[in-house]
Amino acid sequence: MNRIKAFGAFWYDFVIGDDWHVAALIVAGLALTALLVHSAGVNAWWLLPLFVFAALGWSLHRATK
Amino acid sequence: MNALPLILTVFVACSVEAVEALTIVLAAGLTREWKSTFQGMAAALVVLAVVTAAIGPALTFLPLTALRLVVGALLAIFGLQWLRKAVLRATGYKALHDEASAYLREVAAAQAAPKQTRRGVSDWYSFTLAFKGVLLEGLEVVFIVITFGANQHNVGAAVIGAAAAIVVVTVAGVAVKAPLSKVPENWLKYAVGIMLTSFGTFWGAEGAGVRWPGDDAALLVLVPVVALVSAGYVFWLRARGTAASAPAPHSEVVGS
Repeated sequence: MNRIKAFGAFWYDFVIGDDWHVAALIVAGLALTALLVHSAGVNAWWLLPLFVFAALGWSLHRATK
Repeated sequence: MNALPLILTVFVACSVEAVEALTIVLAAGLTREWKSTFQGMAAALVVLAVVTAAIGPALTFLPLTALRLVVGALLAIFGLQWLRKAVLRATGYKALHDEASAYLREVAAAQAAPKQTRRGVSDWYSFTLAFKGVLLEGLEVVFIVITFGANQHNVGAAVIGAAAAIVVVTVAGVAVKAPLSKVPENWLKYAVGIMLTSFGTFWGAEGAGVRWPGDDAALLVLVPVVALVSAGYVFWLRARGTAASAPAPHSEVVGS
């Protein structure tokens, strides 16, 4: 069980890293983009970059406050 | 997309990883024992080959849209980790990565560890140190090669970039027999963070159904914009003026 936990922890750290909020914001940005494109027919190419910059800013703010 | 940007991006990203792996291998080999160090390296390379063989072909079976969505998301998250650390280093909130001091820490730990023979390996410490170092840095290389290569349907070009980086760093390491502390690693990491984040954003949005203005040419705008915004964050954090009074930066862990 400990090995499974360690294996999971390793991959979590490898992909998600120090701040899970970044991953959550990217996933939310992608989901919202897909929703706008496929449901509303909006070519929302500008949305994911905004989420990316917000995620970076938010994470930096949290790390330095 | 032309193969050259792909090869160059993978080359730079993998060079950084190779430099870090080299530091660990040199610390184990020069301080302890080369035979066990090479065994550890070989074992890690076998694991990496198995991972690549398992994940690489599986990814190519995914439809391109799904592939870009998943890989783009992973790459953007992964790239933002690099970029976040790079900005924190540039503003003094995190210690600069220094191969020379990382090497000295590894050497000190290697000299203090007792020698143990296990499972046919004469020096278990050298084996595990080399194994972990090469595996960890190698996984990042594999991740970059597979994601970039699969997305561009040009794994061969990505492999060329990675292999060239490993050969160049290995030859340089053998020549100087010391960690490559002259390599401007912190700037390279910053640049790689920008590239990974930009490509991840581009592919992720495409996977979500977006059509970028100018198609692939949008990357020529996206990369500088990501660079400018991250530079803006550096200025913002410096202007807040809190960096000077921030607590001492955490010491750097090899591989981070």
